Amino acid sequence: MKLKTLLMGAAATLALAPAAMAERGSDGQLNIIMWQAPSTMNPYLSGGTKDVIAASMVIEPLASFTADGKLTTRLAAELPSLENGGISEDLKTVTWKLKDGITWSDGTPLTADDVVFTANYCMDPEGGCAQLAKYEGIESVEAVDPLTVKVTFAEPHPDPFSAFVGGQSPILQKAQFENCTGAAASTCTEQNFNPIGTGPFKVIEFKTNDVITFEANPEYREPDKPAFATLTIKGGGDASAAARAVLETGEYDYAWNTQLAPDVLAGMEAGGKGKVQVAFGSLVERILVNLTDASSSLPEGERSTAKNPNPITTDPAVRKALSMAIDRSLLTEIGYGQAGKPTCNLVPAPEAWASDNTACLTQDIEGAKKVLEDAGWVDNGSGVREKDGVRLSLLYQTSVNAVRQDFQALIKQWWSEIGIETELKTVDASVFFGGDAGSPDTFQKFYADVEMYANNFEGNNPEPYLAQWTCDKAPRPETQWQGENHARFCDPEYDKLVAELGKTVDLTERGNLGKKMNDMLTKDSNVIIPLVYRGTASAVSNTLEGVKLNAWDTEIWNVADWSRKKQ
Amino acid sequence: MLNFTIRRLLLAIPTLLFISLVIFLLLEASPGDPLADVPLTVPPEVKEKMREALGLGQAWYIRYVLWLKQFFWVEPVYWFDQAFGTDFSAGAQRIISFQSRSPVFDIIAQRLPQTLVVVGMSYVVGVMIAIPIGIVSAYKQYSWFDQLGTFVSMVGFSMPTFFTGVVLIIVFGVKLQWFPSVYDTTLVVRDWNSFLAQVRQMVMPVTVLALYNAAQISRFMRASMLDNLGQDYVRTARAKGLGERKVVLKHVLRNSLIPVVTVIALGLPAVFGGAIITEQVFKVNGLGQLLITAINGNDIPMVLTLTFIFAILIVMFTLIADILYGVLDPRIRYD
Amino acid sequence: MTETERQRHLDTAELVDESAGNAAVTADLPPDDPVRAGGETRSQWRDVWRQFRSHRGAMVALVLFVLVLLFVSIGPWLWTIDPTYVDIRARNSGFVAAHPLGTDQLGRDMLARLMAGGRVSIAVGMTAMLIAIFLGSMIGVMSGYFRRLDAPLMRITELFLALPLLPLLLLMVTLFREPLSQNFGPATGIFILIVSAIGATSWMQSARIVRGDVLGLKEREFILAAKSIGTPPRRMILRHILPNVLSPIMVAATLGIATAIITESALSFLGLGFPPDFPTWGRLLYDAVDQMVLYPSRVILPGIFISLTVLCVNYIGDGLRDAMDPRIRGR
Repeated sequence: MKLKTLLMGAAATLALAPAAMAERGSDGQLNIIMWQAPSTMNPYLSGGTKDVIAASMVIEPLASFTADGKLTTRLAAELPSLENGGISEDLKTVTWKLKDGITWSDGTPLTADDVVFTANYCMDPEGGCAQLAKYEGIESVEAVDPLTVKVTFAEPHPDPFSAFVGGQSPILQKAQFENCTGAAASTCTEQNFNPIGTGPFKVIEFKTNDVITFEANPEYREPDKPAFATLTIKGGGDASAAARAVLETGEYDYAWNTQLAPDVLAGMEAGGKGKVQVAFGSLVERILVNLTDASSSLPEGERSTAKNPNPITTDPAVRKALSMAIDRSLLTEIGYGQAGKPTCNLVPAPEAWASDNTACLTQDIEGAKKVLEDAGWVDNGSGVREKDGVRLSLLYQTSVNAVRQDFQALIKQWWSEIGIETELKTVDASVFFGGDAGSPDTFQKFYADVEMYANNFEGNNPEPYLAQWTCDKAPRPETQWQGENHARFCDPEYDKLVAELGKTVDLTERGNLGKKMNDMLTKDSNVIIPLVYRGTASAVSNTLEGVKLNAWDTEIWNVADWSRKKQ
Repeated sequence: MLNFTIRRLLLAIPTLLFISLVIFLLLEASPGDPLADVPLTVPPEVKEKMREALGLGQAWYIRYVLWLKQFFWVEPVYWFDQAFGTDFSAGAQRIISFQSRSPVFDIIAQRLPQTLVVVGMSYVVGVMIAIPIGIVSAYKQYSWFDQLGTFVSMVGFSMPTFFTGVVLIIVFGVKLQWFPSVYDTTLVVRDWNSFLAQVRQMVMPVTVLALYNAAQISRFMRASMLDNLGQDYVRTARAKGLGERKVVLKHVLRNSLIPVVTVIALGLPAVFGGAIITEQVFKVNGLGQLLITAINGNDIPMVLTLTFIFAILIVMFTLIADILYGVLDPRIRYD
Repeated sequence: MTETERQRHLDTAELVDESAGNAAVTADLPPDDPVRAGGETRSQWRDVWRQFRSHRGAMVALVLFVLVLLFVSIGPWLWTIDPTYVDIRARNSGFVAAHPLGTDQLGRDMLARLMAGGRVSIAVGMTAMLIAIFLGSMIGVMSGYFRRLDAPLMRITELFLALPLLPLLLLMVTLFREPLSQNFGPATGIFILIVSAIGATSWMQSARIVRGDVLGLKEREFILAAKSIGTPPRRMILRHILPNVLSPIMVAATLGIATAIITESALSFLGLGFPPDFPTWGRLLYDAVDQMVLYPSRVILPGIFISLTVLCVNYIGDGLRDAMDPRIRGR
C-alpha cells in the first residue's frame, strides 16, 4: 500500500514536469496488446472498433474529437464554422481547408483530390462502405483548389461534422486506392492491409487477426514525434490475459479494453507495473422493455409485433416498478468499479444534452411494491403478483458476458422481491447482435420481455441516436426485422420532436430538445431503463507517459504524443 | 491392399464433395451474421449494403458452386502461377475472407507454421511419453507407477486447458517470470538466442497440450496392453522361452497398437485444426484461433475452407489407419 | 516398501482373499451335478462382485463416488440455501459458519452451488457419455462386423468428424430450444438438448476404436469357431465380440464423462447451455478462472469435484473390467 502511494506520488510529479523535447524514435519499441485482434487496416470495409483503432495509427481524418468530446483539427487547417465562412449561411455547404505541406508516408503531398476520392470511395454504391452513414445527405464533394474541399449537402445540415471527422472516416490516398473502388474494394488486400497514411506510424507488416508491426513515419508533420521508433500491436487471448501482460508481467505497455471485474483489476494493479485508465464517452448499459407480446404461443410473424401488445409491460406501472427496484450504484460497483457511473439517462453526455434526471439513482423496493399494488397487481400468496389472470413473469435476455450475467442474477433477485418472476436467457454475442432474420435470438427480434445491452453514439451529436426511437424504426417482419427501435416504442409526440430536432440549428435549443426526448424515453415512460454509464477501461504501463484515453474518438488518438517515462 | 487403397481414394471424392455441401448448408442455416461485430452505431441500411458487397445477396447454391470453383480451380491455378511465374489466374477471384477481405489461403499459409510447431510438437511429445507410460503401467498393473500414471493422466484429462493454461501462466509467467505469457508469432529463429526465446515461449503451451494428449493416449495404450497381456499367445511365447522384453515389446505391443493407432490417426488432423482454447490462452494465434474467430465472425468462406481441408485430412488419415490395421494384424483384410 | 515387495504383498492378499472365497465355495459339497450347481451358489455376477471387492482402488472409488452422489442428491435437502440466492452483503466471504465454503462475487453460497452444480454436471456427464458410448460402440461393431455396412457407416463417421462443432450446436439450439422447452419445461428441455448435442457429437472416436478392434477380433479362432457352429450374428456380437472390446469402451467412457462435463461449461459459456443462473461444475470453474489469484478456492473446489468424479469412474471402470475378465477372475 505504502509503495503504491509512493509510486503514485512519483507518477504525479513526473506528469507535472514538462516533457523533455525528444527526438523522433528515441524511445525504441512500444508494445500494445488488443485481445480482439484487428483484421484489416481499412475502417471503411469493417467498421469494427478494433480495426478503427489500428487504422488510426496510420490514416487520419480532417478533424477529430479530443478526450473531452470537443472538435480539434487534424489534417484541416481550421474548423469550418459560420463565423469563418467555412459553413455557409444556408447550412448546405461546408468548406474544409487543408494544412499546408502535409505529405503521405511515401513522400507525395496530400491534396484535396485525396479527400474527394475518399468521399467517392465510400459513397460508391457497390463498395459496401461501413461508414456510409457519415456521408449521408452529401450531394457532392469537390476540390476547389489543391488545399480546399467543398462539401455540398442536399438539405440544410445543422451538424456537418460527420464526413471526414473522427477515426471512422479518415482520408485515403487516391494514388494507392484508385483501382479499389466499388466491387474491387475487397480484392485490394495489399492496400487494405498497408494503407499509406499521414499519421505518426506506417505499417511494416500486417498479419490479419494476429500482429501488426509499425515504424515511425519519417514524413510525419511534427519532426520530433512520435517518440517511439517501432510499434507492435499484438492480438489474441482475452481481456484478463491482456490486462495481466501489462499490469503483472510488464511485457506490454498498453492493453486495450480490459473490462474485468473491479476486484480482479485491483488485484492486478497491486503489482505496481501499471494502472487502469478510464474514459467516458456516451456508452450506456440499459434494459429495454418490449412493448409487444413475444410469447411463443403466437404464430411466427406475429410475435413481437405491434399487432399484439404485451399484456404486462404495456402497463406503465410495471415498467416504473421495474426501474425503481434496481440499485444502480451496486450494479456499477460490482460490474464496472471506476469504469462506470450509475445513470438514469439514455444520453449521459455531452453536458448540453444530459438531462438532470437522477430520481432513479436510489433503489426503492417498497415504493415499487406500492406502485404495483396500486395498479392492481396483487400477490395471492405464490410470491408472484397477478392481475386479471396474468402472472407477472418476464423473460430477460442478454448476450453472453460475465458482467451481464451477474447483472441478470442481481436484477432477478430485486424483481423477485417486488413479486416479479424472471426467467433468464443468454445468447452468444455474435448471434444476439447479428442481424440474421432467421434466428429467434437476435436483439432486434426481441423474443423476450426485457433485454439488456449497451449502445452509444459516435462523435458528440446524439441526434441520430435519439432518432432511433420513432414508430417506423420498429423491427418487424416487413423490414426483415431490421430497425433500431427495439422496444417498439411508438409515440407520435416523440416523432414530432425528432422532426423538430432535425431542423434546429441553435446548440442550446438542440440540447433542450434532446433532454426532453431523453426524459420521454426514460423517466416518463420507463421504456428504456438506463443502468450504468460505462467508460472504456484500458491498462497502461507506468513507464508510459502522455497517454490520454479518448472515448469520443478512437481510443489511441494521441499515440504521437506518447513517450517512455525518463527514469 | 493397393486395390483397396485406390478404391477408397476414388470413393473419397464424392464423400468429400458431400461433406463440403453439408458443411456449407450447416453454416448457411446456423444463426449468426458476419456483421455482428460492426458497432451498433452503424445503421441497418448500411449493414444491408455491406452484406450485399460480401456477396450474401446471392442464392446459396450460386455461392456454393462459386466456392467449389474457387477451391478446386482458381486456387490451384493461382499456386501454379506462383510456382512457375505464369499468368493464368489473372482476374479470377480467389476465396476471400469476410473479416479481413484477404485471400483465405494466404492467411492459412501464414498461420500454419506456428500451429504445426506448437500443436505438432505437443502431439509428438504427448505420444512419446504416452506409449512408454501405457506399456509400463499395463505391465506392472497396480504398481505405484501405474497408480501415479492413472492419477496424473485422469486429473490431466479432466482439467480443461483454459484452467491449466492460466495456472501455468500465473505460476511461471507472472510469479516466477521464467516464460513469457504472450507467444510472439513474429519471432524468427536466426541464432542461438532467438532459438532459446522460441523454446521458452513454446514450453507452456506444449506442456499443457502434451499433458492432455498423453493422458488420453496412455489410457488407451494401457487398456489395450492389458487385454493382450492375458492372451494365450503371450503364454505360448513365454512358454517357448522368449525373453520377457521381446514378448512385451514385440508381440504384445504390436497387437495392442490398433486402438492407439486409431486415436493417433484421429488426433493428427486435429493438429492441423489447431488447439482452439490453448492457442487462445497463450495467444499463439494459429489455425485454431483463426477458426474460432472465423466462426464467431460468421466468416463463411474461411470456416468452410478450413473445415474442408480438415475433412480432407480426416478422410486421409482414416484411410492410413485402415491400412495400418492390415500391417499390424495381417489377418485383417479388406478385399 | 519397494515396488516389487508391494506387488507381492498385493498378490498375496489377493490370493488369500481368493482362496478364502474358494474355500467358502468348496465348503459346500463338490457339485456332482453341474447343471444344478450353476444356480445360486456360484452365479456369474456374484463372482464379478467378489472380484470387484478385492480391487482396492475400485472399492475406494465406489465409496467416494457414492459419497459424491449423496452430496449432490441428499445434500440440498440438508443445506437448504438456494444456490441462486444473492446475498450481496455476504459477497466474497471466506469459509465461515454461515457459508462453509464461502460465497462468490454476488454472495451466492458456494456449498449450495457446488451441490446444485454437481447434480447437473453428473447427470449431463453420465447421460451424454452413455449416449456417445452407445452410439459409438453400436456403429463401431456394426461397421467392423458387417462388411457391407462398413463403408457407409465410416463415411458418416468421417462426416461427423469433419463438421464444425460450434455452428452445429448453434443450429441445434436455434431449431430445438423452443419446441423442447415447450414440451418438457425449460430445464428438462435444455437438459435433453445439451445431452443429445454432446452425445451426438462425441461418439465418433469410440466408433473408430471399436471398429478397429472388431476388425482384428473377427479373424480370431474363437470367432471362427463360434461361427462354424452357426451362432447367429446377434448372439455373436453380444456374447463374443462386445465383451472383448469392453476395455477400450471403458476408457472411452471415463474420458467421455470428463469431456462432457467440460463441454457443457463451454456450451453455457456460449449461451447455448442452461440459463445463466443455473450453476454447473464446469461453469463454476470457468467463471472463477479470472478470480483465481484472489479467490483460489473458487476454482479449486469445482476442479476437485470434476477430477474426483472422473477418477472414481475411471477406477470403477478398471475394477469392473478386471472383474468381468474371466482370465483374471480365474487366476
